[in-house]
Amino acid sequence: MPETPAALLEAENLQLWRGTRHVLRGLSFHVAAGESIHVRGPNGAGKTSLLRTLAGFLWPEEGRLLWNGADVSQDRDGFAADLAYLGHENALKADFTPLENLRYATGLRHPPTAGTFESVLARLGIGAQQDLPARVLSAGQRRRVALARVVLARARLWLLDEPFTNLDVLGVEALSGVIAQHVAAGGIAILTAHADLELPGISPRRLELT
Amino acid sequence: MATWTWFHKLASPPYLYRTAGRLLPWLAIPAIVLTLAGAYGGLVRAPADYQQGEAFRIIYVHAPSAWLSLMAYTVMAAAAAVGLIWRMKLAHALAAATAPIGASFTLLCLATGSLWGRPMWGTWWVWDARLTSQLILFFLYLGYMALHSAYDDTQRADRAAGLLAVVGIVNVPIIHFSVYWWNTLHQGSTVLRADGPAMPPSMLVPLLVSFAGYTLGYAALACVRLRAEVLGRERNASWLQELGRG
Amino acid sequence: MSTLGTGLGRAAWLVFERDVRLAFRRWEQVTHPVVFFVMIATLFPLALSPETSLLRDIAPGVVWVAALLSSLLALETLLRADLEDGTLEQLTLSGQPLGWLLFAKTLAHWVLSGLPLVLAAPLVATALAAPGDAVGVLMLALFLGTGVLSFIGAVGAALTLGTRRGSVLLSLLVLPLAMPVLIFGARATDLAMRGEPAGGALMLLGAMLALSVTLAPIAASTAVRISLE
Repeated sequence: MPETPAALLEAENLQLWRGTRHVLRGLSFHVAAGESIHVRGPNGAGKTSLLRTLAGFLWPEEGRLLWNGADVSQDRDGFAADLAYLGHENALKADFTPLENLRYATGLRHPPTAGTFESVLARLGIGAQQDLPARVLSAGQRRRVALARVVLARARLWLLDEPFTNLDVLGVEALSGVIAQHVAAGGIAILTAHADLELPGISPRRLELT
Repeated sequence: MATWTWFHKLASPPYLYRTAGRLLPWLAIPAIVLTLAGAYGGLVRAPADYQQGEAFRIIYVHAPSAWLSLMAYTVMAAAAAVGLIWRMKLAHALAAATAPIGASFTLLCLATGSLWGRPMWGTWWVWDARLTSQLILFFLYLGYMALHSAYDDTQRADRAAGLLAVVGIVNVPIIHFSVYWWNTLHQGSTVLRADGPAMPPSMLVPLLVSFAGYTLGYAALACVRLRAEVLGRERNASWLQELGRG
Repeated sequence: MSTLGTGLGRAAWLVFERDVRLAFRRWEQVTHPVVFFVMIATLFPLALSPETSLLRDIAPGVVWVAALLSSLLALETLLRADLEDGTLEQLTLSGQPLGWLLFAKTLAHWVLSGLPLVLAAPLVATALAAPGDAVGVLMLALFLGTGVLSFIGAVGAALTLGTRRGSVLLSLLVLPLAMPVLIFGARATDLAMRGEPAGGALMLLGAMLALSVTLAPIAASTAVRISLE
């Protein structure tokens, strides 16, 4: 792969073992600002492991990960400040409303500005549920609240593990719009999905895992 | 850096496996000879104690095992710390290999202390400070082994149990101090003393020989168990399959 | 790499406030350990004898064993729910030092599970025929001791997060480490009940609290990262 000077995120020869399974076998790739990546592959190919490695939960046996040219293992918290991660779990407290959940989750990163939570929730189509406890929301609605947290994190690197799970057609559309806007503003989005998805407004580069 | 070469070599499983194998006879044979010599000197040649009579002879097993129970825990915690800081998997293998040995010596120390207590105190168990802190040390070993076996993935098991060992070694002096403090306040029974001020050479020399024998014995056992750990962890590696064929 | 707009103090407050507010919506999380504490203390007169002189002799030990066990019980709620719903992952990636956030979480846990025991202690002490002027020392000792138990326990709770059979294993790991607290705490209470100065034992408890407050969050953050692997 030719060296792109603008590469923000560089993975060099990532080797990851999970127990006796060799999950990532010398994976290298570069991502420039304004790019989106669709990580594809069958079940068990290591899509989640790759995202968790990029997020810093898993340590590759070999290889390095560079962010802005610096090795991320040197400054874990600094790198974490630049990334927003959406895992399989939505990280929502069932007893809190979407607004309360967002207040605590994004408050750790930035002081809230008036009205932003409401507008992001409205954009993702759950403005009407913002004051209900998360317990009563549907799975798709909870997913949208979690995505609102990603949007509000003000991070350049988005790592989205199966973000479309439980989303209906309108939800997929709203999320695609949000990703397109993030990428257009110079951000990076790396997402996993089993299926080929029609994502209006974005055409992610494919990264195949086998 | 040249000075670090040995460190990196030790991080290579085949090298460690062979080195431990080569060291084994050099540790095991002196260990057996010294342990037998110490036992002979202590059980046969040394005179009976003028206060405790023949019963004192259990010190030739009790004191070296007490020393090893602490030394093995220190080795385990130090190896775990190296493994955690430098992400060195084989240091964790040493820690995991050491835990059952240390636990066994702790148990031996408790058992001999209890046997000694029967003629001395007329009961199998007395809440003596030394015995009590050995008992807590035994619990710490059990905690390490229980946590290690609770994880399916060896690497996470190593790191979680290793962290517990490091936390444990910080606590060992506190536990030790608190138990002694507790014991003196409750005016417990006499402490089993390993260091009598007037121990004649005929008693002391076999004791020192026993100490050396047991320590080498620990090292030999650690080599055996370390080799077994390496085999278990590297069972899919190519160097092992070549070793099996060749 | 970017810096965050939220300072350390604000971040710790948010974590603390979230856990306290959650506990107020799940009230049983606070009440169950206290009820357990009182119930264990009730077992002893039933198992031994209701004779006042005997109860007075065993009171310090009973109170501390009960406090230790109910602290252990409460530890289950410290991190497991956050692991299961993904909150712990997000705390790790918040960009704030994880040890510092866990310090705030443990502090909240202490307020929610330790302080109720301190407040229930006079009741238990009276029931066990402890003299009234020893109650102050008992409460102070419990205040310090439950703090140590929360912080040491946080390390144990973090270590057992990645395992399936968590709670029995947690006790196995934490109890040996907690024995000095039991010794000093029960001793301080015993001295106070005899009308002797308990300052030495209380200071030792305070020293253990200082040590565990500073070191335990660091160990717990390492343990949480291992559990998230």
